[in-house]
Amino acid sequence: MSSLSERPLQPVVGVPMPHESAALHVTGTALYTDDLVMRTKDVLHAWPVQSPHAHARVTALRVKPAYDVPGVVRVLTADDVPGVNDAGVKHDEPLFPGEVMFNGHAVCWVLADTLEAARLGALAVEVEYEPLASLVTVREAIDAGSFQGIGRHLERGDVEGALAGAAHVFSGEFEFAGQEHFYLETHAALALVDEYGQIFVQSSTQHPSETQEIVAHVLGLSSHSVTVQCLRMGGGFGGKEMQPHGFAAIAALGATLTGRPVRLRLNRTQDMTMSGKRHGFHSSWTVGFADDGRLVALDATLTADGGWSLDLSEPVLARAMCHIDNAYEIPHVRVDGQIAQTNKTSQTAFRGFGGPQGMLVIEDILGRCAPLLGYDALELRRRNFYQPGDSTPYGQPVRHADRLESCWSQVISGGEIDARVAEIEAFNSAHEHVKRGLAMTPVKFGISFNLTAFNQAGALVHVYKDGSVLINHGGTEMGQGLHTKMLQVAATTLGVPLARVRLAPTRTDKVPNTSATAASSGADLNGAAIKNACEQIRERLAQVAGGRLGISPSDVRFVDGDVRGLSGDRVPWNELVGMAYMQRVPLWAAGFYRTEGLHWDANAMRGEPFKYFAYGVAASEVEVDGFTGAYTLRRVDIVHDVGDSLSPLIDIGQIEGGFVQGAGWLTLEDLRWDESTGDRRGRLATQAASTYKLPSFSEMPEVFNVRLLEKAHEEGAVYGSKAVGEPPLMLAFSVREALRHAAAAFGPAGTSVDLPSPATPEAVYWALERARGGVSWNG
Amino acid sequence: MTTQALRAPAVTVNGELTALGDIPVHTTVLDWLRDRGLTGAKEGCAEGECGACSVLVARAGTDTPTEWTAVNACLLPIASLDGQELITSEGLGSPEALHPVQKEMAVRGGSQCGYCTPGFVCSMAAEYYRPGRTCGGDGDHEHGPNGFDLHSLSGNLCRCTGYRPIRDAAYALEDPPENDAFAVRRTSPPPAPAPTGMTSPEGEFIRPASLNEVLTVLGDRNDAVIVAGSTDLGVQVNIFGSRPSLTIAIDRLEELREFSFGEDEVRLGAALTLTEIERRLAGRVPLLGEMFPQFASRLIRNGATIGGNLGTGSPIGDTPPALLALDVSLVLASSRGERTVALSDYFTGYRQTVKAADELIRTIVIPLPLAPMTAFHKIAKRRFDDISSVAIGYAVDVQDGVVRDAKIGLGGVAATPLRARETEAALVGRPWSEETVRIAAAVMAAEGTPMDDHRASSSYRSAMLGQSLLRFYFQGVAS
Repeated sequence: MSSLSERPLQPVVGVPMPHESAALHVTGTALYTDDLVMRTKDVLHAWPVQSPHAHARVTALRVKPAYDVPGVVRVLTADDVPGVNDAGVKHDEPLFPGEVMFNGHAVCWVLADTLEAARLGALAVEVEYEPLASLVTVREAIDAGSFQGIGRHLERGDVEGALAGAAHVFSGEFEFAGQEHFYLETHAALALVDEYGQIFVQSSTQHPSETQEIVAHVLGLSSHSVTVQCLRMGGGFGGKEMQPHGFAAIAALGATLTGRPVRLRLNRTQDMTMSGKRHGFHSSWTVGFADDGRLVALDATLTADGGWSLDLSEPVLARAMCHIDNAYEIPHVRVDGQIAQTNKTSQTAFRGFGGPQGMLVIEDILGRCAPLLGYDALELRRRNFYQPGDSTPYGQPVRHADRLESCWSQVISGGEIDARVAEIEAFNSAHEHVKRGLAMTPVKFGISFNLTAFNQAGALVHVYKDGSVLINHGGTEMGQGLHTKMLQVAATTLGVPLARVRLAPTRTDKVPNTSATAASSGADLNGAAIKNACEQIRERLAQVAGGRLGISPSDVRFVDGDVRGLSGDRVPWNELVGMAYMQRVPLWAAGFYRTEGLHWDANAMRGEPFKYFAYGVAASEVEVDGFTGAYTLRRVDIVHDVGDSLSPLIDIGQIEGGFVQGAGWLTLEDLRWDESTGDRRGRLATQAASTYKLPSFSEMPEVFNVRLLEKAHEEGAVYGSKAVGEPPLMLAFSVREALRHAAAAFGPAGTSVDLPSPATPEAVYWALERARGGVSWNG
Repeated sequence: MTTQALRAPAVTVNGELTALGDIPVHTTVLDWLRDRGLTGAKEGCAEGECGACSVLVARAGTDTPTEWTAVNACLLPIASLDGQELITSEGLGSPEALHPVQKEMAVRGGSQCGYCTPGFVCSMAAEYYRPGRTCGGDGDHEHGPNGFDLHSLSGNLCRCTGYRPIRDAAYALEDPPENDAFAVRRTSPPPAPAPTGMTSPEGEFIRPASLNEVLTVLGDRNDAVIVAGSTDLGVQVNIFGSRPSLTIAIDRLEELREFSFGEDEVRLGAALTLTEIERRLAGRVPLLGEMFPQFASRLIRNGATIGGNLGTGSPIGDTPPALLALDVSLVLASSRGERTVALSDYFTGYRQTVKAADELIRTIVIPLPLAPMTAFHKIAKRRFDDISSVAIGYAVDVQDGVVRDAKIGLGGVAATPLRARETEAALVGRPWSEETVRIAAAVMAAEGTPMDDHRASSSYRSAMLGQSLLRFYFQGVAS
């Protein structure tokens, strides 16, 4: 067992406990960025002037009428920017654009004493536009050759030869939708300026260090003059990894120019029409199978719909390409990837970060092809699992591939799958107008940032003279329970009760140069950094204790607030800390961690970009109404691999929540952009909770059994745990495949169903109508 | 103006009488609370869809004098709560002394990011204190063994948890202890409606004391906007920037809160909320009983009135198809007098009705006896709390195997709700058989002029019209 993964006696990690802020959440006392506004004096409120065109040149901007609105204090335009007029790291996102690139693009911002005055001021601003040609759909962009960033190519083996020799070859296309994050808390920032002109920004951001960088470059300041703090977020899901920066910069710019605090909080309509979403993709593919159902070759082209600017589209595309295999050994593979530029919001990180899109392509292929190959889809999937010793198309050994089979067989037995498959067949024969379907799908998801440099983290741990402990780390809390886990890690490493440890808000002046809390890596990276800091302190204290107890420091144990030797002599933690202070032993430490063993050649698309893979399997059963296409999710069984869980209640919550969010993406959430040539071209038609429907209680599985894979210790990670944020989202493929199964049951045996994504009731209705009419997709 | 404020408007918040202060009249309950430092309630959508702003109001109850009623604070103007009692998540408990609902939510992992949580807590507390809820049942997948109705949370969205721990928290709740202050509060009446008059540079808000007063104002002022639960007006204000110069609150007028179930007719006051009607009818009009759980969410039904749903004239409201099938008529009142119109003659165009600017819907009259076979079909993307793509109400009378009468109301397939007259004609006088139904279903598929939008395609809407009658028939045969 590595020292990183080994657990001491009576660890606090592994104990199920509620979220560290649960009591504050339920009483409404937990503070979010916008809750700070009423605690701040003389705040100005910001409101954007948004473009009504998908693409246009701004030919005139008259802000004077806004100043005639009572309460308006300042209108921010490009002329006000002292530094760089850019909100991104690629320098393709002007903060104040001279050419608007999507419907809803903010041209300028109005600051006023009240939100209402800012709104009225924004209405008064006069903007003249010269409309330009626009591309709204990914298909239009492909046809027009409108691409951005670097296209990628991933290849292994001899695809041409393998396809030529394959017993069965199918080709298809699949275009599927993106997803709105719909974190319940919209983007928010509150900026203050101090007597030195230094900026303090409270921001709902997953990436405080990058928010700091962007604010600094917009203001023409050095990073040390800008501090960013994130108390907590009301959800992030990737939507606050890149997107908060520009909003924070607007607030900071306004504070600098007016000397007053500036609050920028998007309302839901603004958030949905301005901020990036999960990328929709277009894919075209040719696949070859052997007679025994084994995949022999896949040739695919993936086109990510990047929206108007590059944002994180390149790494999203890379992760999609690295996950097109999902859990399946495909000997011969060729994947080409490209990023379309369209006149939509700039699509960005969203839980899974391209992984779900890549995996959806192969799961769709297997779901469509199984009936044509004469295989049950359950059997076809299992038959193609990676086996120990296999490697991915990009050359990484699939360590612990056997866990796929372990999860699969545990779901089969725990979910009583064999009996239920028989029950469903009987039910379907007995019911003409309603059918049930059941599907199982696996997940294999690579953990680490594809970009190796991001796999580092820092922490700052203080032990005060009274024995209390304060920890800081670079990760942000968005509901995923990171802070809870970090408290558990610190208490475990120091051997103190959880109540002795407190966690301070994430701030860039405590831990610098942090990576985004993203890629499921928050606990792996920050946990290891905290552990490192705590170990430094513990080693020093062990010296003191060794002297006090008359034993070797290496024999000192820290357990539950007691520090003792093997003989049973002991000194209480608090007392030891006091002694250490008197002996002038430093009681704080900066921790650091970098993930070892990673290497990645982005140009060749080869290497070992991931520390390990997370595995899981889900079985879903649905019931579909043949009159309407409406469906219910009757039962879900999941076995998921989180290593040795740091915090089981938190991890179960992540699995359930990720699953339901994935089911939302695949079945319900329906982003509709105006694709017409009319006045509203490019406008997001579903820009509110009333038109963009998230899963509610009605989408929760009626029976929902989630189990953690046992004996799943992970050598390479903190206290043997594995990342959990993203992988479970993709367990929801089982819902989509179950709908396909049920739709097929309306047709003759062997019907192959071509199912759109999202599989809304309407989409399912048309699919089952085709099946009922004897129409089978035939590849 | 005839109504004068006799005292400074104020609301009792978490037990403390708090003056509304010098505020714009359109200020929502949510913004008002947050400005006063009560930031537990959050804005998630500003249109009554997510429930993050849910708070509790003491309202007249069906089974106890007062019921704690959860409402969307983002939709209601604070002026409408003048004189009333309000509880927020902060008032239910504190981190040191959690309310039972808060405790269950906390220990079971019911909160992750926590942003939706105060709203869930308030909606859950309302159901916790619902007088009809009792422990000891079997439950089903939408009801706990403690009688907890999961539909009470249908207006609350959580993006993090996947809902399972929230359901577990809800189903673990016991009965409130006898000395629980909120439980005790139910035994005395809620505050009486207080006539209110408020003005600010943006406009006026009045709550007249009588219907006559309202009708007089309506006759005098053509800029008046009527508000009851504000579930529609609140969206207009928040999302579309509407700022009416005169808002008249009518939801507590006794003249508009009639309820009677007689020999020949059921009379429903226009200002009764959907929840009140649901509770008082208690299943006696099965068609409406089937509709209520599908009508928006409990949070919305606690505010929305039946008169409001008809008053907007929307083609996609959920009550019109049901009420058209029930062949209801409306009593319209104005200072000129009253008149009765059939609902089937009421809608004249997109959001247009025969109701004159100075008229108010006073009462909805359902004729009795009810047709023996009824159903309400709603087609939407989401089962809980969605807007209809298509909605259909059926009231069919079959005697000796022959259709004697058929009334079918349609929503979402034309600029107005409408009766499926040709389909009805294809049914009446014919045997109630699969053959008749298939012929009539083809007729029904061609009713209306459905359009394409983000909710559904026109072809799906037409297909749903055709399928609906088959579903009605086969489900009837099956049962």
